[in-house]
Amino acid sequence: MLDKHKKLEKNSMLLLLFTVIAVSIGGLVEVIPLFRMDVTIEKVEGMRPYTPLELMGQNIYIRENCSSCHSQQIRPLRDEVERYGHYSLAAESMYDRPFLWGSKRTGPDLARVGGKFSDEWHVAHLKNPRELVPESIMPSYAFLANRGVDLRKIRSHLKSLRTVGVPYTDEMIEQAYNDAMAQGRADGDASGLRARYGDKVITRDFDGQREMLSEMDALVAYLQVLGTMADLRHYNPDIAEMKE
Amino acid sequence: MDTQKPQYNDDIVRLFTIATLFWGIAGFAVGLLIALQLAFPDLNFEPYLTFGRLRPVHTSAVIFAFGGNALFATSYFVVQRTCQARLWNDTLAFFTFWGYQTFIVIAALGYLAGVTQGKEYAEPEWYADLWLTVVWVAYLIVFLMTLAKRKEPHIYVANWFYLAFIVTVAILHLVNNLSLPVGLAEAKSYSAYAGVQSAMIQWWYGHNAVGFFLTAGFLGMMYYFVPKQAGRPVYSYRLSILHFWSLIFIYIWAGPHHLHYTALPDWAQTLGMTFSIMLWMPSWGGMINGLMTLSGAWHKLRDDPILQFMIVALSFYGMSTFEGPLMSIKAVNALSHYTDWTIGHVHSGALGWVGFITFGALYYLVPVLWDKKEMYSKKLISVHLWVATIGIVLYMVSMWFAGILQGLQWRTYDDMGFLQYSFVETVANLHIYYIIRALGGLLYLGGALVMIYNVVKTVKDGAPVRAALQGAAHAG
Repeated sequence: MLDKHKKLEKNSMLLLLFTVIAVSIGGLVEVIPLFRMDVTIEKVEGMRPYTPLELMGQNIYIRENCSSCHSQQIRPLRDEVERYGHYSLAAESMYDRPFLWGSKRTGPDLARVGGKFSDEWHVAHLKNPRELVPESIMPSYAFLANRGVDLRKIRSHLKSLRTVGVPYTDEMIEQAYNDAMAQGRADGDASGLRARYGDKVITRDFDGQREMLSEMDALVAYLQVLGTMADLRHYNPDIAEMKE
Repeated sequence: MDTQKPQYNDDIVRLFTIATLFWGIAGFAVGLLIALQLAFPDLNFEPYLTFGRLRPVHTSAVIFAFGGNALFATSYFVVQRTCQARLWNDTLAFFTFWGYQTFIVIAALGYLAGVTQGKEYAEPEWYADLWLTVVWVAYLIVFLMTLAKRKEPHIYVANWFYLAFIVTVAILHLVNNLSLPVGLAEAKSYSAYAGVQSAMIQWWYGHNAVGFFLTAGFLGMMYYFVPKQAGRPVYSYRLSILHFWSLIFIYIWAGPHHLHYTALPDWAQTLGMTFSIMLWMPSWGGMINGLMTLSGAWHKLRDDPILQFMIVALSFYGMSTFEGPLMSIKAVNALSHYTDWTIGHVHSGALGWVGFITFGALYYLVPVLWDKKEMYSKKLISVHLWVATIGIVLYMVSMWFAGILQGLQWRTYDDMGFLQYSFVETVANLHIYYIIRALGGLLYLGGALVMIYNVVKTVKDGAPVRAALQGAAHAG
């Protein structure tokens, strides 16, 4: 055994080769099976790709690294389900590239924050967290309300996402700019947006500033959709398994 | 033998040593700042200096800038000495230095501007990732070519670990960062993986950044500098072989323990937990091999603060590689996950193991590299050791308290069967622990500043090695 090992100690390429083999096995065994989507991701009604405005909101969430303090993954533990709602399903992050589950809760979980607070609350809280929650240690993000959301490349964003696997249609890409404007400005015609993304899409002037579609609009639109897409009333893990 | 001593490329090692010290101070200082932000949120300044944007500056600065430069410095030093060969290709080696510093600066400026992939420890966007790939391939080539022209028949064990670190980090980096840019002139990209797959691949990467960057690489350091400083050979050659292969084989499986009770399939969680517990054995095998190297030389520990640094490092390594498997058990993880316990765990490894083994190695290296008899002040090395150790203990203990307290409060029910604490109440309770933690960080930074002073004095005013040789001859 030790004699055989001497061969490796005397040949750097052989040592390299054996090392690569040793470190590859575990990763392959754990990762490859996950790409069998039908087993990994349960069937649940309601999941859809993010609207252009929600997507821009998610990108702001990523840019500000919100996930360094907020998780988006409710574990099936009694207290978590009571505090945050139904435990998170794999399907619910199927359009998140990358996943935003987080690893630390300096602030509360946000997987189902959508619809729990009003837009006004979110805007005021993002501008000055301690005005609403005195003990909060969150930074303020008032600048979001003064900055227009950058939609110049919105089509390229959707196109890139389609290339990596998100099912955006030609029409969705074509209408991306209009859809973003329609969603964040309550006065526009949102019928096209609804036709493409469903009737549940929230169209509102999220930040209350009529003259501008701000980064605040985008971020709040994203926060308000979190956890609201999947139809959990009809979700039953046992039945979902039987359908396969 | 002395007359035929091959000439080594120590210029490159000196550059990386200086970079290690520089980025170390920067990384510790930003760490202190963000620790204070958690205690005093008014220290956040939007948009650039918020906790969210600064946290990857801290983690990247300490892991990749401080740790990475330390690995470059020591691997280039060790591979030359143990191969009895000059580092292959000065130009390419020089390129790895400036290329790597450029990567660090590009990444850090990106974070401040909000450019991030949003994946922990893999935040740099596609263009920085591509640049790092070029630098890393150059590193691998320099290292392998130096091994190839060695005059020693055997490749020394430290080099196995360095090689495994370099090649595995390359694999992890390439696979995890696969993404599609929005455009060639756009910083933003979208990951090739979504949701569950993205999570699994990220933590396969993330845990092995710990396993190969922060462990295997630094074990390479340990296998050279501990025997050197102790003046004894490595305790067991057989244990080295067992340690190396079992560590690299098992580590790769441990990633899913970051995803317990999530939407990741159960079988993967169970595999991750099982291998994480198994990992305890090779980890302690390595620790024992390092500690027992002092067999017959334990008396040296009494008055050699450099050796003390290394032995304390190995003790923290043993502590955190016991704590890690413990926290990977699902029942424990249910409590510890999402809390500051994890932060404490990471720091006992990073401050205690990675930091201290690096300090030990650098205290050995600096006089050798600058041709000095010894460090300027042995006393100041001791001061550094004790100040930093107290800092780590304050850090670890405060985070244990904070994490376990908050974890328990999240799941506390009142008599009526309702959750007793609102989320923000559990946050308010952490204030005092966050202050103690910041104090621990301040001490650690203070210790490092003492080291900088000591190093500068050594380089500027230290007695040259020739005097030392004469002294030795005289004494002999």
